[in-house]
Amino acid sequence: MDSIIPLAQILIFPGFLFLACYGMLLQWVDRKLCAVMQNRMGPPWFQPVADFIKLLAKEVIVPEEADNFLFRALPYFALAAVMTAMVLIPVGEAALFSFQGDLIAVIYLLTIPTVTFFLAGWSSKSPYSTVGSMRVLTQLFAYEVPLMLSLIGPAILAGTWSIAGISAFFAAHPALIPAQLLGFLAAIIALQGKLERLPFDIPHAKNEIAGGQFTEYSGRLLDFFLLAVDMELVVGAALLNAVFLGGALGLTGIAAIALFLAKTLAITFLLALLKVLMARIRIEQMINFCWKYLAPVAMAQVLFDIFLKYKLG
Amino acid sequence: MSKITIPFGPQHVALKEPENFMLVLEGEQIQGATVNLGYNHRGMEKAAEERTYLQDLYLIERVCGICSHSHTTCYITNVEELAKCETPKRALAIRTLFAELERVHSHLLWLGVAGYEMGFETLFMYTWRDREQVLDCLELLSGNRVHYSINTIGGVRRDVSAEQKAEVLKRIDYLVERTNYYIKLATEEPTIFARTSKVGMLPPEEALRRNAVGPTARAAGIARDVRKDDPYLIYNELDFKVITHNTNDVYGRLVVRALELVESYKMIKQVLNGLPEGPIAVKVPMRIAPGEAVNHYEAPRGEDIHYLKSNGTDKPERLKVRAPTLANLQSVQYMLEGGWMADVPLVIAAIDPCMSCTDRAVVWDPKLGKKQTYGWAELRKMAIERYKRRGVDFSRLG
Repeated sequence: MDSIIPLAQILIFPGFLFLACYGMLLQWVDRKLCAVMQNRMGPPWFQPVADFIKLLAKEVIVPEEADNFLFRALPYFALAAVMTAMVLIPVGEAALFSFQGDLIAVIYLLTIPTVTFFLAGWSSKSPYSTVGSMRVLTQLFAYEVPLMLSLIGPAILAGTWSIAGISAFFAAHPALIPAQLLGFLAAIIALQGKLERLPFDIPHAKNEIAGGQFTEYSGRLLDFFLLAVDMELVVGAALLNAVFLGGALGLTGIAAIALFLAKTLAITFLLALLKVLMARIRIEQMINFCWKYLAPVAMAQVLFDIFLKYKLG
Repeated sequence: MSKITIPFGPQHVALKEPENFMLVLEGEQIQGATVNLGYNHRGMEKAAEERTYLQDLYLIERVCGICSHSHTTCYITNVEELAKCETPKRALAIRTLFAELERVHSHLLWLGVAGYEMGFETLFMYTWRDREQVLDCLELLSGNRVHYSINTIGGVRRDVSAEQKAEVLKRIDYLVERTNYYIKLATEEPTIFARTSKVGMLPPEEALRRNAVGPTARAAGIARDVRKDDPYLIYNELDFKVITHNTNDVYGRLVVRALELVESYKMIKQVLNGLPEGPIAVKVPMRIAPGEAVNHYEAPRGEDIHYLKSNGTDKPERLKVRAPTLANLQSVQYMLEGGWMADVPLVIAAIDPCMSCTDRAVVWDPKLGKKQTYGWAELRKMAIERYKRRGVDFSRLG
């Protein structure tokens, strides 16, 4: 009995099944919101599920030049990394597993999908995916530092490296949440880069390099990559919720889960808004922007948090 | 980093029509570019020699799906010149009205395409929604959305009624308001500016040397517009400015096209409010006396040139179409070199290319190093042989 409950938690809630379903739901919410903002109809609610099932039924083609094992294994690595990250982030009142330093572990786990995207493009050996994977890696160096810096601020203020600890700190001191606004905005923009969405969808800019790093992927391998991207959206939103918005804010049970859903949906709305407002920028413009503006903003938040911590004692 | 050569097209996501650009890349930067034409030859000029002048009108309309009115008007001016026919004033005014409505729909379409190529899908969705308004106007006036077929030899097919005039003016007012919003958006949105400024540079000397036409030339500060330089239809009676911009880049082309929309709205209002009375068409004989005529016309994409030679029958001896894209493609090579890979779709889109209007076939034998022209009989023989090899015999067909 003792081993069945954690297993069920990992597989069903808040693990794999919940993550997959909620990822698809957020994908639909994102697409629908963008469509409404762009004066279109948008897809029906079951579109992501239909797309998922359709791709499962399609033939898998592995390029002759590609490394067969690596090419087939990468989507599962991406999925596994994202799912592991979710185990450490609180959905509702508490995370499945929590320890000092799990914030660092989550940041690390969230980097793995990006590396698999790079390897996926690199191992497909086609010009488009090679250019795409170079851009994935270049982009990683642009957004990763601002994202980490912005997550460090709240951790310093709370005096703990555990996500649950940071949530608990902000739940106890809700007045400090607005003081994290700058860091939160920096994190939202960096997250947009991590999820490779407009204006940072440079690695798979369709007008320039077709499908980018995924050009040669098809069938269920592509399907799992896309599912991993959807799940990454959930994990990213959940991470920002736990670190910046105080997680469950002391609520328990169903109310905590409802609050989680509401806040992640609100973050998705912000991400969708960014997506429709801007044109795609060039890779060198993105690096300039991230290092010149985003990283200093995140750094300013860290300094401000150190100052606050000193003031509060 | 070593140089790699990437083929951009003939099959590529960013190209709506097949055309090939060979790009020599060093990292993300373009070291060299070559433009290869010839994937889209349709044999229109040859087909025109087989049809009567009136049938050709509907063939020429299909040279281009966007500037269909431009090509027919240019062609018909040649025919009327050769037939020495006096086209009624009212017909010329209605042709001008359609020409400007067409420019509006073409420029709005281009704004959307440019937005799409720079990854700004919202702009694409918005402009294409508003473009429906002008397409509705065209449908209201002519019965068709894209191939209006308003021209006929000696005049136009349909008149403009008072109700139609009121409806078109109402929709134009809405478009004026929307266009002012797009001008504000294009000039103030930072990501649009970041993507278009200093991209695809074409300095004035180079634009003149490479014979750029239309908005591409005007964005390099060259006030080149057939409507002003050599007025046709009723343009000499209209009050409008030739829009130029001096940034020489894609941003300039964006601003020129957006401001030209405003000029077009002005002209549409002037034409509608001052429509002369009178008949809309005169009769023209089927057979046209031998002669030659050349005319040019400011299509939305630039100067369009038609040459027509008649031989006394009801069919033309020779028709030659020089679409504006052919003139502008020479500049694309220059604009691409030294730029970024990410800007290629935008730079190509910035001349508003229409490849299928442009392609002509020339057979070039690399062994002999000379050009060769095939006559109709030879082409027919080759086609029959080709299909015979596939097991179909067309030789008995007349």
